[in-house]
Amino acid sequence: MVPKRISAIKFEVLSPQEIRRMSVVKIITPETYDDDGFPIDGGLMDTRLGVIDPGLRCKTCGGKAGECPGHFGHVELAAPVIHVGYAKMIARLLNGTCSECGRILLKDERKDKFIAEIERRRELNQSYEDVVKEVFRLTKAAKKCPHCGAEQVEVKFDKPTFFYLGEHRLTPKDVREWLEKIPDDDLPAFGINPKATRPEWFVLTVLPVPPVTVRPSIILETGQRSEDDLTHKLVDIIRINQRFMENKEAGAPQQILEDLWELLQYHVTTYIDNEVSGIPPARHRSGRPLKTLAQRLKGKEGRFRGSLSGKRVNFSARTVISPDPCLSINEVGVPMEIAQELTVPIYVTPQNIEIAREFVLRSEHPKANYIVRPDGRRIRVIESNKEELAEKLEPGWIVERQLMDEDIVLFNRQPSLHRMSIMAHYVRVLPYKTFRLNPAVCPPYNADFDGDEMNLHVPQSLEAQAEAKILMAVQEHILSPRFGGPIIGGIHDHISGLYLLTRGEKKFTREEAMELLRSLDISEIPVKDEYTGKEIFSFILPDITLEFKAEICQGCEECKGAECEYDAYVIIENGKLLKGTIDEKAVGAFKGIIIDEIARKYGKERAKKFIDDMTQLAIRIISKLGFTVGIDDEDIPPEAAEQIEEVLKEAENEVNRLIEAYRRGDLEPMPGRSIEETLEMRIMQVLGRARDRAGKIAQRHLGMENAAVIMAVSGARGSMLNLTQMAACIGQQSVRGERISRGYTYTNRTLSHFKPGDLGAEARGFVRSSYKKGLSPVEFFFHAAGGREGLVDTAVRTSQSGYLQRRMINALQDLKVEYDGTVREQTSGALVQFRYGEDGVDPMRSFRGKPVDVKRIIREIVGEVKK
Amino acid sequence: MLVPKHEVLSKEEAEELLKILGIGKEQLPKIKADDPIVKEIGAKPGDIVKITRKSLTAGDSVFYRLVV
Repeated sequence: MVPKRISAIKFEVLSPQEIRRMSVVKIITPETYDDDGFPIDGGLMDTRLGVIDPGLRCKTCGGKAGECPGHFGHVELAAPVIHVGYAKMIARLLNGTCSECGRILLKDERKDKFIAEIERRRELNQSYEDVVKEVFRLTKAAKKCPHCGAEQVEVKFDKPTFFYLGEHRLTPKDVREWLEKIPDDDLPAFGINPKATRPEWFVLTVLPVPPVTVRPSIILETGQRSEDDLTHKLVDIIRINQRFMENKEAGAPQQILEDLWELLQYHVTTYIDNEVSGIPPARHRSGRPLKTLAQRLKGKEGRFRGSLSGKRVNFSARTVISPDPCLSINEVGVPMEIAQELTVPIYVTPQNIEIAREFVLRSEHPKANYIVRPDGRRIRVIESNKEELAEKLEPGWIVERQLMDEDIVLFNRQPSLHRMSIMAHYVRVLPYKTFRLNPAVCPPYNADFDGDEMNLHVPQSLEAQAEAKILMAVQEHILSPRFGGPIIGGIHDHISGLYLLTRGEKKFTREEAMELLRSLDISEIPVKDEYTGKEIFSFILPDITLEFKAEICQGCEECKGAECEYDAYVIIENGKLLKGTIDEKAVGAFKGIIIDEIARKYGKERAKKFIDDMTQLAIRIISKLGFTVGIDDEDIPPEAAEQIEEVLKEAENEVNRLIEAYRRGDLEPMPGRSIEETLEMRIMQVLGRARDRAGKIAQRHLGMENAAVIMAVSGARGSMLNLTQMAACIGQQSVRGERISRGYTYTNRTLSHFKPGDLGAEARGFVRSSYKKGLSPVEFFFHAAGGREGLVDTAVRTSQSGYLQRRMINALQDLKVEYDGTVREQTSGALVQFRYGEDGVDPMRSFRGKPVDVKRIIREIVGEVKK
Repeated sequence: MLVPKHEVLSKEEAEELLKILGIGKEQLPKIKADDPIVKEIGAKPGDIVKITRKSLTAGDSVFYRLVV
């Protein structure tokens, strides 16, 4: 076949001649089928329009159903009707041309100037719409025809399809005659190419009838035929068309003819678009609005967005997700019901024919659902035919067996913003109805369990399965290409659990230790009566040596290293945790120094095992020790509350002093600031400091054993700020980074509770209460104002970053890093970068963005020398 | 110096470079002949300019531009 290339597509308006030319049949009767269920000639299901019933042949091309693409027919309309889609254009043209002579309401010189401008823009591939708009604006304003001198009355456009010239209603026939008068030479000024389109074609005299293949009828179980919405609408049009013709010939009164004409107009309008405003939508007998031409194309489920841009796939499943810490990070729990529906093909060979046969013969879960013969016929395997099929099975056949444990599947959560949004997991078929996943893989998917759903896809070819296993498996993505560190790691309870285990010198008896470690694959532990938490954690570590500051590090002025009084300096030597507490910095997602080190030193498989072990251990510890938060965890003693009150009062006084100083004019402006700005900044400073001091007081009374404090300092969840807001003081609310000052602008106050011009803390959104104590009505109002800004920001950010992402993907999609390290554009071969990212470093293999971890290399070499 | 080092490649160097990259001149990134630095070093359209920039991650990194 000769390859054909489309160089351009042009959209034009169909002329009546063109419609007749492409038509294979003139439709004259609204009937569809005769009593035998056979299509009637000259009806809407005429076999010349193509066929949909199996067994019949198309009278135009001879093709059977499925072969024949269908052919257009046409209806001769008894009277012209307006095409709704062009009604607006018609209105503009009527207002832009003379009602007498049909010429454009512009002098020839001006018209030529506009045409030249449009031509120039068209050549430069620029938009000329604004020029056309200007022409319509000028011509509509014209009072008198510059060519014949006739006075112009404005044509009123009554949506959707009616036009009035003064009081007089223009019939579609009048409109068509007017449009016919417009000369070809005037059309380019309106942006119309007269060689392609004549404006009178905007008024229909003949209606194309789409092929039956476009509007297939379906046969219900009852044997009744149910026609497509388009067919229903066409039947209406033809019926009215016939009535109109009969009445006209019989010489019916003008009034009746006009009513019928309007009815025909209504049917043709709703046939084209059933959602035009101004007229009631045509309804099905059941009361459901009909889906006509425009509805097929428009909107999310329309032809463009739904059928062409959006594609759907087989061998996929979607359901709610829930956590299961007993699964490995590269597993996914699949509900039995889903596993029974999804299939994996077995390509039968002499080597596996026995295995395949076994699947065919089974009648329970991992059984065969379908068999595909070499000729492509699919046969469903059921109890009654399984023996026969097993008998016939031969190499070359394909057995589609149900999904079972250890199959590889792709798991995905939208929005798929990075490659970690789709990863390959191994199947574990489980009871119940949700997908189960290890909570440690939540960060890359950005998933939680508040009702999130995820999709699962089963790769069907061996190549696809191999690729999934090698390239897409979860462990391949532990290190993120975004920042060269681990993106998979402990979250929430994992961090709290390990923090509780390794903090200080907790002791566990041998039994307790065994209990904690029993689910792990550890065969030997040294025989002792007692084990410290640090020792227990060491059992899951491979031989690594590390030293770093933990998340709980207080940032002392002089780091005491191993002697850290907060147990915040982690020392791991040869796989033994000697000092320090394990927290977010050590094992958390995004930070996880230990995970990073293991992945680099022992590979992804070992890192996966460590994460599995770590999550198991952590869950066991936290269940054993117990971990809970309640409202009374944020209780502070009365004397602390008094102190906080004191601090806040002091701050408010300080604010009042500043305002007074400002009123007196004593305030020294800061460099580059006005006095007002200075005042605002100083007040913000004072109040911010007050909030922090109040927080510090509360913090002192909460203590390190407080569960909420443990979560905050270990990095498991929440922050100290969250806690102090609950216990002590919420602090200043802001909109656009400033104190809240808008409200009753004309009296310059935020609420009518305050005096005009009040600049005090309370009047400008300082919330002195804590969440626990509760907010006063005024405080609550300011808090809502501040909270609203946050919500708006998130909404705006997501849409903006989504659009940015789309543009980036489109711009970068065909760039590739070649084997010589250069980045080239795939189609033109143009060079984009001489070395990928200037330094040729793969960020996934980098050390947190840097090419090499010099410290580690030195440590390794020096360490070995020591030994 | 605010502008990194630009130098014109000799004919041999230019040929060598294109051979290593396995591309034609027109597939290189471009720099305009009326760019001030190009005028400064006296490069003509069709010449290849070698630019050595300081890079945070790679130390010195080398770029080439075709003068157009």
